[in-house]
Amino acid sequence: MWAHSRGGLELLFGSVKCHEVDLDSNEITVEKLLVWIRENLLKERQEMFLKGKSVRPGVLVLINDYDWELMGHLEAPIKDKDSVVFISTLHGG
Amino acid sequence: MVRQCEHCGERRQALRRPKTGHKVCRECFFQLLEDEVHETITQNQLFKKGERVAIAASGGKDSTVLAHILSELNTRHDYGLDLFLLSIDEGISGYRDDSLETVKRNEVQYGIPLKVLSYKELYGWTMDEIVKEIGRKNNCTFCGVFRRQALDRGAALMKADKMATGHNADDMAETILLNLLRGDIARLSRCTAIMTGEEGALPRCKPFKYTYEKEIVMYAYFKKLDYFSTECIYSPNAYRGYARDFIKDLEAIRPRAIVDIIKSGEDFRISSTARMPVQGVCSRCGYISSQKLCKACVLLDGLNRGLPRLGISRTRGIKSTKGVADIDEKSTVAEAGGNGFSKKLSLEF
Repeated sequence: MWAHSRGGLELLFGSVKCHEVDLDSNEITVEKLLVWIRENLLKERQEMFLKGKSVRPGVLVLINDYDWELMGHLEAPIKDKDSVVFISTLHGG
Repeated sequence: MVRQCEHCGERRQALRRPKTGHKVCRECFFQLLEDEVHETITQNQLFKKGERVAIAASGGKDSTVLAHILSELNTRHDYGLDLFLLSIDEGISGYRDDSLETVKRNEVQYGIPLKVLSYKELYGWTMDEIVKEIGRKNNCTFCGVFRRQALDRGAALMKADKMATGHNADDMAETILLNLLRGDIARLSRCTAIMTGEEGALPRCKPFKYTYEKEIVMYAYFKKLDYFSTECIYSPNAYRGYARDFIKDLEAIRPRAIVDIIKSGEDFRISSTARMPVQGVCSRCGYISSQKLCKACVLLDGLNRGLPRLGISRTRGIKSTKGVADIDEKSTVAEAGGNGFSKKLSLEF
């Protein structure tokens, strides 16, 4: 699956907008993905992206361009070849 | 768990709208959002036919989407508006110079002419220079005060009848909370108005007053709109950040909290015994002010005289312009400062 970052978040991931992620199993949840991201990708300032078990409020999550709120938030399933996009809203307009 | 859009019943649900909780498809989302903004505009009579309107544009998400939607609605509903983009260059390297590139692209993309005005040409100081002088605290105070005036001047220069800004529902809720936390009754009473300055030459309005930030970002994402998205390097120390974090946490638990806070703000009634400032004009530059000198003049004085705390620290007793009262009202702001700075600029409005 691919994890994309938008809205300035890419700066937290070494300025890389798109990461290919290899999953251990066929299906994981967003919650597990976040753990993976924290351990493997987050170069700096974790609190800008994560809060507790979830993303920091103000960060939008889309799975294949669908709002994760429709799919169970942290429980939303992610399969092989899926694309997850994180968009931050926390900046000037 | 794939479900059909709750609005059209045909296409697949793409997002959950925070304000209503409705789960709708992309196309219905665009239509609903655009219709709501149109309704906000018409119900509040924000524009008149033939008006020349400045869209305050920074290249950020709100102003870019505002430019897009406003020009779309202008055509679709025949508002008859003469639109142009107005951008302010505060002189923040690595932040503003990049976002201005975005506005220049917006000018081409939306076919709306662009005017850029800089702090340097208006005040003789860039934000970078200001921060070097005053340190990393209260930066937003300077920038906000200067930008507000800069926008008014730019709009007047371009003969605009009105200005539209991209302030969204989240911004409104934050501001209400901020004013509450600071005990600023005067601002609290004014900040929820969707249009301000109607009695003056340049009213300004907020078509996105009831539009959630999440929806603006989703709209821009799905429509692949070009916007600049980095936090200003000086903002982490801003007080507003605390209000924002709180609002975001509230939204996560109960999304309607944002519009509800706005409603509370609109319905506030100020006690008749509360002391309220009276609006006048600045004796030096003529800009609107509740004090003898407007905030911009006070701040600028402080900078030019090497007194960066002027206009920032509280003065004892009644709010006064102690420290600048000895300056001749007609004098230009010309000082050879103690630091060797010599910034000459006369502010006239």
